[in-house]
Amino acid sequence: MKTSVRPRIVTRDLPVIAKSPTGIDGLDEVTFGGLPQGRPTLLCGAAGCGKTLFAMTFLYNGAVAYDEPGVFIAFEEQPEDLIKNVGSLSYDIERLIEQRKIVVDHIHLDRNEIEEAGDYDLDGLFIRIGFAIDSVGAKRVVIDTIETLFGGLDNQAVLRSELRRLFEWLKSKGVTAIITGERGDGTLTRYGLEEYVADCVILLDNRVHDQLSTRRLRVVKYRGTAHGTNEYPFIIDQEGITVMPITSSGLSHDASTERVSTGIADLDEMLEGRGYYKGSSILISGMAGAGKSTVSAHFANSICAAGQRCIYFALEESPQQIVRNMRSVGLDLQQWVDRGLLRFSARRPNLYGLETHLAAMHREVKEFDPAAVVVDPISSLMGAGLAGDVHSMTLRLIDFLKSRGVTALFTNLGAGSAETAPTEMQISSLTDTWLLLYNRESNGEHNRQLYLLKSRGMAHSNQVREFLMSGDGIALREVYLGPEGVLTGSARVAQEVRDRADRLLRTQDLERRTREIERRRREIAAQIETLKAQLASEEGEMELLNLEGAAREDQRSADRIAMVQSRSSKRAVSSPSNPMASGK
Amino acid sequence: MTATAMEQDGYNLRLYVAGQTPKSLAALANLKKLCETHLPGRYTIEVIDLMKDPALAQRDQIVAIPTLIRQLPEPLKRIIGDLSNAEKVLVGLDIAPS
Repeated sequence: MKTSVRPRIVTRDLPVIAKSPTGIDGLDEVTFGGLPQGRPTLLCGAAGCGKTLFAMTFLYNGAVAYDEPGVFIAFEEQPEDLIKNVGSLSYDIERLIEQRKIVVDHIHLDRNEIEEAGDYDLDGLFIRIGFAIDSVGAKRVVIDTIETLFGGLDNQAVLRSELRRLFEWLKSKGVTAIITGERGDGTLTRYGLEEYVADCVILLDNRVHDQLSTRRLRVVKYRGTAHGTNEYPFIIDQEGITVMPITSSGLSHDASTERVSTGIADLDEMLEGRGYYKGSSILISGMAGAGKSTVSAHFANSICAAGQRCIYFALEESPQQIVRNMRSVGLDLQQWVDRGLLRFSARRPNLYGLETHLAAMHREVKEFDPAAVVVDPISSLMGAGLAGDVHSMTLRLIDFLKSRGVTALFTNLGAGSAETAPTEMQISSLTDTWLLLYNRESNGEHNRQLYLLKSRGMAHSNQVREFLMSGDGIALREVYLGPEGVLTGSARVAQEVRDRADRLLRTQDLERRTREIERRRREIAAQIETLKAQLASEEGEMELLNLEGAAREDQRSADRIAMVQSRSSKRAVSSPSNPMASGK
Repeated sequence: MTATAMEQDGYNLRLYVAGQTPKSLAALANLKKLCETHLPGRYTIEVIDLMKDPALAQRDQIVAIPTLIRQLPEPLKRIIGDLSNAEKVLVGLDIAPS
């Protein structure tokens, strides 16, 4: 008997790599937990990429948030400069040094001062690092930038073997280390450090496009664990470092069945009478002056009126201007600002790159924790990046907001027609509800129209509606759909007048005809009465005639009898049976 | 030679080592031999073992071991290695071979 040989798949629990969280927003998500614990990580990039700040943030967060003291071995900068530089990120390193949570050691190497005479090793460096580690019980070490050694010392063979020994030694010390390295020509680092530090390699990059630079990060390699492989933009500002993972929140956000009012009763009516879904994303596109901001402001107003918070990212108008303008449609936004429910965040789109905008938005959302945000208009960020970037940024923003259940409303300055819509920043497909605002010209005037192009997950109206703004806010009117097409504005009003006249005419006609019939009915009734009277008189006459006839007949018979009697009286007496005769 | 001349003229040398490694021992032996040959009576050698006093490594900016520092005369000079290359040591210490 033959038995087939099958490959046996042995599943066993792979050792899970312990990770050291960096505390850097986004990076821990990209690396699924942080840097490999107890192992060195190579952080490489060209000058000015933010390597030192990254490394310092790792130490700072370790000391502050994870109770892991750190050692910073600086080859390039003096401790004073280093402390000053990271002070711009509001890291108070000096205090941490006083608290013995961070040690900064500067290693000075000047080739001119050193003469090499014979064989040597780098025990001095080991002793220094070891001493620093032991002095605070460090769990994290940064060596920035060890390649300076290659510039300071001649004997490359010694250096290479010593570096290998150094990294092994760091591992044996059990410290999580970041080794920084300058980007080389065609290699990750100028001196090939990636050969020695092979567990985790992170590459930083700073590219300029259209005079706007964007920092990006990529995890080139992370041995023994999954990691995000894309390039992730990151920003450095006074709040620290933020990495923007596109896929961090994935598509796993909860879908709420709760609804939020659009702030416009008529628009709610078009959305099953209940408005948008909570946590959904809404795109409002239209031409300039189509009323995008007004629709947005109504939404913001209704959120605040419900006692919830809202952030209004104003990318074109100043907050004061928006508040003033919205007064003209009967919205008092200032009251919400005063009550701390509405926050305006105004910034020029070209002030900084797209990623910085995104990061700033992330931060504000995290800080203010709003129920809804308005970005007005998102299209103005087009100038701050490539179309593809805007798309991915919007994607990340939507992802992020959805993961927090924040309802997001974006306005988009576009052609505002269904025909050109698919190309509009390709963001329409990302949004759940899409309102189009048109400004159609007809009969010498422009009229606003609103159309609900899509609204996922609800039976929404498919009607084009006329959109009217007045001191009482926004009202949506039914438009006229007739043989002449959609009628709006004065054409609609004219049509309404015509219709009213028609209706009046029809009513009058009906009344007239009713009256006519009534009259005729009465006439006929009168005729009937006359005829009845005639009939009655005829009948009376006939009776009379009958009576007369009968009387005449009686008379005649009486006469006859009398005649007979008179004849017979000559012979006999008159008959008593004759009343006429007896009466006489 | 007066004491002042010794101060001005003398070589104040420090040798940093890390334990009794072959390189350290070789460096000290080489240094002594050199000094006896070229600086008889004009030198002092202080050996600092960083294993015993690691804090000094930071103070004196020691990276490589062994490191020889010429404290005096000024300016400060550094020579690294086991000092097996006598010629280079002499150049490093600014001593004209005699």
